[in-house]
Amino acid sequence: MTSKNSSKNKSIGVVGMGSFGTAIANILAAKNPVIAYARRAELVTEINEKHSVDGNLINENILATQDPELLCQSCDVIFFMVPSSAFMDVTRMFSPFLYPYHMIIHGTKGLCLNLPKGKKLEDLSDIRRENILTMSEVILKETVVVRVGCLAGPNLAKELSAGLPAATVVASKFNEVILQGQNLLRSDKFQVYGNSDIIGVELSGVLKNIIAIAAGALAGLGLGENAKGLLISRGMVELIYMGNALGGSLKSFIGLAGIGDLVTTCNSTLSRNYTVGYRLAKGETLEQIQATMEEVAEGINTVKLMKNFMESTKNRAPITENLYKVLFEDLTIEEAVQYLMKYPFNVDVDFL
Amino acid sequence: MTDDYIKHKYDPILPQKDEWPVVKLSKSRKEFVKKVAEAAKKRILDQIGGKMEVLKEELETTHYREKLRIKQNPWAVDPDDDYEFWNKVKSALVQLSADSTLNRTEKKKKYIEILDSITMRYAEEIASNFKHTHYKFTRSIVTTGFARLLNAARVKGFKRLFSNQYSLQDKIQIIGETEQLRDLASKGTIIMVPTHFSNLDSILIGWIISVLGLPPFIYGAGLNLFNIEIFAYFMNSLGAYKVDRRKKNLVYIETLKTYSSEAIQLGVHSLFFPGGTRSRSGKIESKLKLGLLSTAIEAQRANYQRGMNDIGGKVFIVPVTINYHFVLEAPSLIKEHLSITGQERYYQEADEFSTSLKISKFLVKFFTKGSDISVSVGKAMDVLGHYVDKEGNSLDKNGRIIDTRDYFISDGKINIDTQREEEYTNRLGERIVQEFHIINRVFSSHLVAFTAFQLIKRENKKMDLFNLLRLPEEDIVIPYDSFKSACQRVLDKIFELREKGKVHVAPHLRQDMDQIIAHGLDNVGMYHAKRPLVQDKDGNIITEDLNLLYFYHNRLDGYDLEKLF
Repeated sequence: MTSKNSSKNKSIGVVGMGSFGTAIANILAAKNPVIAYARRAELVTEINEKHSVDGNLINENILATQDPELLCQSCDVIFFMVPSSAFMDVTRMFSPFLYPYHMIIHGTKGLCLNLPKGKKLEDLSDIRRENILTMSEVILKETVVVRVGCLAGPNLAKELSAGLPAATVVASKFNEVILQGQNLLRSDKFQVYGNSDIIGVELSGVLKNIIAIAAGALAGLGLGENAKGLLISRGMVELIYMGNALGGSLKSFIGLAGIGDLVTTCNSTLSRNYTVGYRLAKGETLEQIQATMEEVAEGINTVKLMKNFMESTKNRAPITENLYKVLFEDLTIEEAVQYLMKYPFNVDVDFL
Repeated sequence: MTDDYIKHKYDPILPQKDEWPVVKLSKSRKEFVKKVAEAAKKRILDQIGGKMEVLKEELETTHYREKLRIKQNPWAVDPDDDYEFWNKVKSALVQLSADSTLNRTEKKKKYIEILDSITMRYAEEIASNFKHTHYKFTRSIVTTGFARLLNAARVKGFKRLFSNQYSLQDKIQIIGETEQLRDLASKGTIIMVPTHFSNLDSILIGWIISVLGLPPFIYGAGLNLFNIEIFAYFMNSLGAYKVDRRKKNLVYIETLKTYSSEAIQLGVHSLFFPGGTRSRSGKIESKLKLGLLSTAIEAQRANYQRGMNDIGGKVFIVPVTINYHFVLEAPSLIKEHLSITGQERYYQEADEFSTSLKISKFLVKFFTKGSDISVSVGKAMDVLGHYVDKEGNSLDKNGRIIDTRDYFISDGKINIDTQREEEYTNRLGERIVQEFHIINRVFSSHLVAFTAFQLIKRENKKMDLFNLLRLPEEDIVIPYDSFKSACQRVLDKIFELREKGKVHVAPHLRQDMDQIIAHGLDNVGMYHAKRPLVQDKDGNIITEDLNLLYFYHNRLDGYDLEKLF
């Protein structure tokens, strides 16, 4: 079935065929031909010859390539679905082939460091807003593409692939990008909302990963559902404060990409970030966990960045601070929980 | 762009005046006004979705506000039949709403006729009265007249009345990308966007354009300036069209935008003061008025729609900063700024530029005594804020040529998307502000004012701005030595920024610190009755007017220099 939108003859690009990338490519392929970029040659062959990714069957409308130029020439709308650690490099690789008529929508829930040339995170005494880039800011900085959007919301890749009902948010300053995203993605099983506060929506997706790790840890310790309720609501407050400090609006945080995604990830063993926290509580170290995970848990890097940022701007973020100590220093989770129980939060809701 | 100024004589780029688009425009003034009125009408009808009820309401609001303006805020430049015209509009509106014999279509037609008469009147009012003969005359007055004054003051002895040793160009130094500007002006359409600190800017910029050998630019000048005869004459002959800030109704604003957009599409070079009005605080504009700027983007898209894809149809944005030691209106500007930010909503518009006599006096002072002005011309950009090369091609940050047209394309063809263009306007505004900070040229007076104010602020950490400004001036003394070392720290930081290409500095900042401070103190706000900074008999630094000091200090706002204190 072809949709009514006028880009029906054009292929849609998907960059990065991780689990989320593959799920989105499948949804897109239901309406339009898809050209997917994958880094590994074996994967390209597998997709083109067997129509599968790591053994799981995918839509036959998806063609894979290792050539960024070919993808950019064939597609006007491109979905970037690569982890934040590789995002900058991939964007730079595509940049020479991107033109102002392209639209890019990304689905990456992470942050990038933007440091002066030759400096490392450790060299900087302060992390300011200008040292942190959201993924849309990376695209704007590295390419000539201006019409940029992002996808965020409770979208566990496995559930999407199984065809369970879900919804997502397409955020962009440009109405045409939101409309395009809705046209391309919407189906009977997949609802697509629009939001013009792209920074707020990106930050919702990024920051909720911190709370997801903490939720996993609580579950791992077997602290019960009351504690989880406590964590999610206090986590929400912290998320909003951090989000505002980075320039997102309150409204987006209480929307689908904020609360919606937070509730999902804090309850799901399918979430990578949740799993990190869970395994930490079960006594594994961060190195052990990272060595055995297939894909990156974005939350780990986010905790590091946000802890530095909040310190530099003289703000407090108790959950993030303690999680940092658990992950990178030698605080135990039990000690962190105790600390948080004693922390003088007095007011329930003070941001509305 | 280098810091140094090279005196240079520029030949006119388009020798035959008949080729100037602005001359073509003035020759066909009548048709152009009609075209603007017609296009504005269409645009307004588009905006209200062609709904008769909305149109009726819009017309009634317009009438109501215009009547209020005539009653409460009449100006000398207002046409004599102002009251009469709006009375006619009123009776037409009343009659129409009472008339039950007409059907809807007929009624709508009548309403559109009323709209038509208003846009026509507005377009006529806005349109410039550029005349080439006046332009030449004014240009020669400005150049030779001021040059006489200048030489009279600087060259000693009998010869002084006839000397050509100094020209206005020594007084007002032009630095930056002048050749690129001249080059592109002969091929495409230029939108010049200068910073705006003083009413003098309007005349100054006209003179600069002529010195650079460029054809005249049209620009929107506040109608209040036309109240003053001298200004009215200068501005008419320099191609100014009139912007009446009292009229804030939809019909007027849309007509104004249409005028600008249509002129750009004709290839007429234009000038916007993107701050919209003079900077009240003395800061470089950080929030721009985007209304007129949006017409540059609209015109660029319209050109592409008409298939003008080469440089002939391309619109270039050229930021310009005008750097002063002294702003005549500073006392009233900063007062207004403070009373606005201090939540006093009402303020009186009365300033030093109120009469011709005062201005003439100032001009004489200005040209006979020191205080140089410099004008920095920035790199040309396309309407998305990309730098362009010699041929006018837009470049991405890696130097790859890109086509600006592609930004207006969706699904393979150019379409009109006002929301998109609004976003582009915001982007362009941000880019212009960035460029302003880069091409801004730091003077000694900015340095001393900034440092002194920051030192005073540091001494009184606990006070907010308004309390700080209420400190009695006689209590404030900054010891010279600590002032000097603080100035040095700020200057070091400025040179560091200069190395990174984030600002420019005047050559006089490359002397030793005592000289720089002396130069700065001599020049900062030099003609004010109360000086922002002076040295007392012990050599320490004192202020006679803290508000003024704050005003001149603000010029270095936006570079994070306050972190040094």
